[in-house]
Amino acid sequence: MSTHSTATIAQDHVHDDHHGAPKGLLRWVFTTNHKDIGTLYLVFSLLMFLVGGGMAMIIRAELFQPGLQLVNPEFFNQMTTMHALVMIFGAVMPAFVGLANWMIPMMIGAPDMALPRMNNWSFWILPFAFTMLLSTLFMPSGGPASGWTLYPPLSLQTGNSFAFVIFAIHMLGISSIMGAINVIATILNMRAPGMTLLRMPVFVWTWLITAFLLIAVMPVLAGAVTMLLTDRFFDTSFFNAAGGGDPVMFQHIFWFFGHPEVYIMILPAFGIISEVIPTFARKPLFGYTAMVYATASIALLSFIVWAHHMFTVGMPLGAELFFMYATMVIAVPTGVKIFNWVSTMWRGSMTFETPMLFALAFVILFTIGGFSGLMLAVVPADFQYHDTYFVVAHFHYVLVTGAVFGIMAAVYYWLPKWTGNMYNERLGKIHFWWSVISVNVLFFPQHYLGLAGMPRRIPDYAVQFADYNMISSVGGFAFGLAQLLFAFIVWQCARGGVKATAQVWEGARGLEWTLPSPAPYHTFEEPPTIDDSMVAHGDTAH
Amino acid sequence: MKNQNIVIVSIAVLAGMLLAVWGMFAVGANMPRGVTEFSHTAYDLHMLILWICVVIGVLVFGAMFVSIIMHRKSNGVEAARFTHNTKAEIAWTTIPILILVMMTVPATRGLILMETSEGAAMDIQITGYQWKWKYEYLDTGVSFISSLARDSNVARQLNSGIDPNTVDNYLLEVDHPLVVPTNTKIRLLMTSGDVIHSWWVPELGWKRDAIPGMINTAWTEISEPGTYRGQCAELCGKDHGFMPVVVIAKPKAEFEQWLAQQPGYQAAEDLASMAANTIADKQATADKQADDQPEVALVN
Repeated sequence: MSTHSTATIAQDHVHDDHHGAPKGLLRWVFTTNHKDIGTLYLVFSLLMFLVGGGMAMIIRAELFQPGLQLVNPEFFNQMTTMHALVMIFGAVMPAFVGLANWMIPMMIGAPDMALPRMNNWSFWILPFAFTMLLSTLFMPSGGPASGWTLYPPLSLQTGNSFAFVIFAIHMLGISSIMGAINVIATILNMRAPGMTLLRMPVFVWTWLITAFLLIAVMPVLAGAVTMLLTDRFFDTSFFNAAGGGDPVMFQHIFWFFGHPEVYIMILPAFGIISEVIPTFARKPLFGYTAMVYATASIALLSFIVWAHHMFTVGMPLGAELFFMYATMVIAVPTGVKIFNWVSTMWRGSMTFETPMLFALAFVILFTIGGFSGLMLAVVPADFQYHDTYFVVAHFHYVLVTGAVFGIMAAVYYWLPKWTGNMYNERLGKIHFWWSVISVNVLFFPQHYLGLAGMPRRIPDYAVQFADYNMISSVGGFAFGLAQLLFAFIVWQCARGGVKATAQVWEGARGLEWTLPSPAPYHTFEEPPTIDDSMVAHGDTAH
Repeated sequence: MKNQNIVIVSIAVLAGMLLAVWGMFAVGANMPRGVTEFSHTAYDLHMLILWICVVIGVLVFGAMFVSIIMHRKSNGVEAARFTHNTKAEIAWTTIPILILVMMTVPATRGLILMETSEGAAMDIQITGYQWKWKYEYLDTGVSFISSLARDSNVARQLNSGIDPNTVDNYLLEVDHPLVVPTNTKIRLLMTSGDVIHSWWVPELGWKRDAIPGMINTAWTEISEPGTYRGQCAELCGKDHGFMPVVVIAKPKAEFEQWLAQQPGYQAAEDLASMAANTIADKQATADKQADDQPEVALVN
């Protein structure tokens, strides 16, 4: 066993860093250990999830009934903008990077990430970037209020805090790119002998593809926001029609980043679900190769569908038709994934622990989000749906019950491996049912609101929208409260509990489950011997 | 085992609830069918794709729940080991492609309908401002600003103490509505004086962005007289939620009567001769300038 060799090596060395985790605060500041950095990312992400959630609570409280009761419209717009930026760049993306840090080396039999010092740096940029971003809320001109999409000319009306917002976005982009380089370098160079690409767990595959997407599009975002910066402060006219620029060009550039970004936030979740379902169905993943190709197809298609976010800007008919067809095509590889998950369950021997419950809810609710996405692709109908609460409902189904439920499934699934303790299963189930019911009460009525004619990003609404808004707000408060329970469950599990076995789950396959729980500070310092039974859920034939 | 039964029953109940709610689209709050040919197209496409999604959803979720109920460890089921089924995989790749191809036919037809604005009998230019609309009836001299009605504006202030339920058409009423004739193809030219707005009346079936420095074209032909309400749909600053659109469609004769009473109204013939004069003047001036500075023109 590899742990044996760890101990031997540790005795041979005089350096402290081989004796396990150093103590104290500086351990976390200077760490280059993938597990420590993974933990930092995940804790940071949880914190940002609660901050962004707090903003959502303000939004839902104001929308609880018609009329303005709590905040003025300027602040409301700052809340919608910041909620999105914090949730996308602070909660969902860092959570996936944290999972990548923890799990990828352990899944491919590598001792650490390929570039450990850069790994430390890419995490430690984040707290500073978010301090700066959030501090704009307390500046005299207020935070950004033009939506996270930062469309000019409106975003150019932001006060001087705009410079801080742009700088924060640059830092987040740099952090993401470094994280992505690290993931690619690790996966392509540090796999244990015998861990061929097509034997890798699907989670590793989805992250490899996601990392390429990140490297491709984060510089595009950087370019777009830099042009905003110079338009705002240095009198350029990239997006100013009066100076010969074009406000619509920003939208094209932004969504060329923005659409792949959407998949950056869902592909790793696809990977997680592809790990969890086979484990609890006790059956190999159906169509492993098809899953990999479907993920790659979705990633490639994500580069040619960006303008479906902007069907109402007045594009030529030919462009509208192209983007409609291209968008519809995405339904095919996505459908393949859904069918494969259902086929994995089929004739399995299922049990329903909390990670499995979240994975099952993911399959159903993400599919519902996919359906509304397909509806949005139909341009004549999109002329009605566009910029209404129907869109809000759609992307919250794919991001909350998709990405966030995927992350929660992952946390419950691997928490025993990280901490060495089982989480409280009863509380986990309560958290699941509370979340899954409240999230539907929260977002389902928003479909109706949008169809009935309520635009998004408004602080107040006509009285015919009152009932559904009130239901949605009640669901929102309940969902918010459930996440405090989640934070408690994680904290409680980190503190102690029933000791976990190495295998943890009866049906679990993969290298990470050959390690003891909790995983030692250093793992796979000598490459493991790959045995077919522990690879890709026991299916090497594909 | 008992716990798991509860779990399964709960999942089934939840799925039933979801499907029931999803089905409520057909009867409950739904997209309005509207009063134009295009709004009917949008509505029909919406319902078609919705039902396709419902059917696929019932099949996929149905298979999933059968599996959840039957194929579980507490039933003593041994897991199978299969990982492929070529026939099924071909089926669930090709059938969705066929459904999508089928969908593109009416969708393409609807889109072509919307993007063909030729043959309009009249032009109205719509300009968005923070936070009001300006309507210009081209070639008539009539134009006016349309902003949120006064009583809504008072009630919508933070802690105004006024119950929105007591205000008529709260947030959906303006001081000067756009008045248009029925059964007339009207071309709408959209632009903006500051940031991007989006002009939307659900009953007309579409929204289109009003963008500074650009003129967007849309058209409508309203079949029924009535008052149709909508809102700005693109975030345009702090009062984005407070710039409604109200369109009143009147029979043609009534509309002509209304238009003639508007301040600044000039009959089309007068305007045409005025415009001709202006163009002639401009041409004369330009010629004169060209004569005065031939070298400059060459150098340039």
